[in-house]
Amino acid sequence: MSGRALPAPLRAFRRPLGAVAGGWLAAVILAALFAPLLTPYDYDIQALKEAYQPASARHWLGTDEFGRDLLTRLIYGARTSLSVSGIAIALSVACGMTLGAAAAWFGGWFDRAVTVVVDLTWSFPEILIALILVAIIGPGTTGTMVAISVAYLAQFTRLTRAQILTLKSETFIEAARSLGAGNAHILFRHLLPNALAPVLVSAMLATGDAIILEATLGFFGLGAQPPVPSWGGMMSAGSALVFKAPWIIIFPGLAVAVTVVAINLFGDALIAELDIRARMRRQV
Amino acid sequence: MSALLELSEVSVSIGRAALLERISLRLEPGHILGLVGESGSGKSLTAMAAMGLLPLIGGRVTGGTVRFDGQDIAAMTDGQRRALRGRRIGFVTQNPMTALDPVQRIGAQIDVVSRLHLGLSRQAARARTLDLLTQLRIPEAAAVAEAWPHQLSGGMKQRIVIAMALAGDPDLIVADEPTTALDVTVQAQIIQILGALVRERGLALLLITHDMGVVAQICDRVAVLYAGRLAEENAVDPIFAAPAHPYTRALIGCIPQEGMARGSLHGIPGAVPGALQFPPGCRFHPRCPQASALCRATVPPLTPHGAGIAACHHLSVEAR
Amino acid sequence: MFSYLIRRVLMLVPVFFAVSLVIFLILHFIPGDPIDNLLKVGSSPQARTEMEARYGLDQPLPVQYGLWLGRVLTGDLGTAIVARRPVADLIAQALPHSLRLGGLALLFSSVVGVGLGVVAALNRDRWPDRAIMGGVLLGSTMPGFWLGLILMLVFSVWLGWFPVSGARSWQALVLPVLTIGLGGTALVARITRVAMIEAAGRDFVLLLHAKGLSPLRIQLRHVLRHALIPVVTILALRIGWILGGAVTVEVVFARPGLGTLLIKSLSQHDYPVVQACLLMLAMAVMLGTLLGDILQAAMDPRVRAALG
Repeated sequence: MSGRALPAPLRAFRRPLGAVAGGWLAAVILAALFAPLLTPYDYDIQALKEAYQPASARHWLGTDEFGRDLLTRLIYGARTSLSVSGIAIALSVACGMTLGAAAAWFGGWFDRAVTVVVDLTWSFPEILIALILVAIIGPGTTGTMVAISVAYLAQFTRLTRAQILTLKSETFIEAARSLGAGNAHILFRHLLPNALAPVLVSAMLATGDAIILEATLGFFGLGAQPPVPSWGGMMSAGSALVFKAPWIIIFPGLAVAVTVVAINLFGDALIAELDIRARMRRQV
Repeated sequence: MSALLELSEVSVSIGRAALLERISLRLEPGHILGLVGESGSGKSLTAMAAMGLLPLIGGRVTGGTVRFDGQDIAAMTDGQRRALRGRRIGFVTQNPMTALDPVQRIGAQIDVVSRLHLGLSRQAARARTLDLLTQLRIPEAAAVAEAWPHQLSGGMKQRIVIAMALAGDPDLIVADEPTTALDVTVQAQIIQILGALVRERGLALLLITHDMGVVAQICDRVAVLYAGRLAEENAVDPIFAAPAHPYTRALIGCIPQEGMARGSLHGIPGAVPGALQFPPGCRFHPRCPQASALCRATVPPLTPHGAGIAACHHLSVEAR
Repeated sequence: MFSYLIRRVLMLVPVFFAVSLVIFLILHFIPGDPIDNLLKVGSSPQARTEMEARYGLDQPLPVQYGLWLGRVLTGDLGTAIVARRPVADLIAQALPHSLRLGGLALLFSSVVGVGLGVVAALNRDRWPDRAIMGGVLLGSTMPGFWLGLILMLVFSVWLGWFPVSGARSWQALVLPVLTIGLGGTALVARITRVAMIEAAGRDFVLLLHAKGLSPLRIQLRHVLRHALIPVVTILALRIGWILGGAVTVEVVFARPGLGTLLIKSLSQHDYPVVQACLLMLAMAVMLGTLLGDILQAAMDPRVRAALG
């Protein structure tokens, strides 16, 4: 079967929902990458005479309170929102996997300490953790990134730890050990790669949640600072004008919702292709 | 005597897999019919068909009729079929450990049957339940009725399941491997209880098992299933005296000893094929010591053989 | 059971100390000095020292923690630096609003979520299941504040059914409860559906059918009964989520409450108030986990047996 040879993310495209969702995500990512080529306006050019215009042929999604083109800002906003969420989750996965793998591998008091802290933070809502952290670090993209990555740290630590604990007892590990492989070798060559698929898929799903979290921090005015557009920041500005010019807030919100739905659907297709539903045990 | 349960040429499929092919069985009141075969031979499916429960596991009858007391089960409404289950047909499951609802007290789980089917009041149903438990020689029946399932042993739970099957005052009990999950000593007790029920109450019992020892102990007749087809059917004595089908011979040759893995068959290597890989001709031929070119090409018809029937191209000559 | 309860409550004590320490420390890393907000520009260094002494900010950290914890345990949450009122008063004003909002949202998401989950499970892989799960996915991907604003726009501004903001009437509660509740509903519906499908596949369900019970009775009286065990447990553990939702939604609808208080005092660097808000939220989370364990034991005799 030639299809099996394709990597799972490409195979996910063969499912109808996976293809639609993957197509949207690819479009958003490409638009974000090539924003300057695609957009007819600058994101911070103000034209007060053209403020508060609803959608038109000239401005497809209308303009904001400073007469800036909304579509342009939405595309640039995708840059901020996607990169902040993506980098934050990548950071979170890297730290969480290390911590979780170490806890599962070494066990003992280290494992217990990690578990207690992780369980404690896990039952706290991510938004509260992120709010406090941004307050400490200070608002802006860096603060948001760090705050989001810490907020999701518990999830990945838990997941990796559980994966490693299950895999640790499986036979191929014993086989490697009986062949005289060392701790580090087993951990990095055998355990982590096997734990990787569920963790990566849940990282992808968490990126969706992170986009919402980033938007919420942006709404509180703690995200990327003006004039750099982010979806959350645009909604923050739009929330005060929701009755006067609702489109300013409707479109960024739709962008968030549709993108997060697409991430979830694509994630589901990936889970089905990788056949890891049992190992995912999505921590609802 | 007219049959209480009669399957005529019943075929059953789940999805595209044809799992049972033209199975015919007959069970009269006061009799015990043993249904034997390895795991995967279609015994449990036959029981589900007899109880009208196939839809529950996604199965459907694709041919033939199942009659209970002369009535075609397929022609009944859902409600009529439900009125049969629990009331006229009692069911004893394979694994008593998981058969009871873990969050409901024992008594309530038995009471519901007589309340639903016999219209008893709460008090009358409980009195009946306690009476049944006592009859099944369960000590301290009142305390057991108030217990949770997890507080009872496996043998005790199986008696509870039997009490449940009896609570509707049935005419037929279908027991699907009632002893497989139990200790050997408890197995004997449960078989004894089931045998006594048939003698004392004149019930009919369809006993599904892979243990020819149990069959020899209490059954009147035996039906041997292999890969969804009937291999042989006969009264117990002639079956053991002169088994006609090589598969029956193999089953008798390896009456399971203690500690033997369930469903494994000593004399014959291999296992029952899956429904999508049934071989052509006689389905037993890949494992049969007597297989010939004829066996590989043609399905052997069921032919009369002494007091019973068998499906084999090489029926033992001496028994003919 | 009773001894288990006592042990379970005692287990919360070290957790409480750990949480309070974390909350106390975190607040001291937040940059920005509340004293700056209070002093008039050009005040003398001496005035500053006096002010710091008044709020105990001149002591070493461990001493500050000890003093603070001692006061908290006796119910004294300190004085708000900016509002210049006892923090306990501010909390007492805000808490009922948040409890009402969170409680109703919890109720809404439990009832509607379980209902949708049951309907989806009973129609597994048919159109009602797909429609419900699709709607649920959509509901869980919209940012809470955005959903709140859109609901406000549609139902308050365009249709005029509910007041835009405030907390003076029950009508004012409808949209905030809906906004938080929809996210919770998605969660509950998803868990209920999976738990129902899992429970329906258990062995004992076959015997229930063999006893002649009606399928609907089996689903609602037995399968759902089992499915509710994980639903209730997870829901109790996720009370924090509901509270997190309440924070943003209170701000959006300009409702008084812990969330509004927290956000306001965070921006004003008003330590004592922030500490108290966080402490309240943390206690709610801890009580949630306690409630989850108790409910689980109440619903499952096997759990009770294991606990002794």
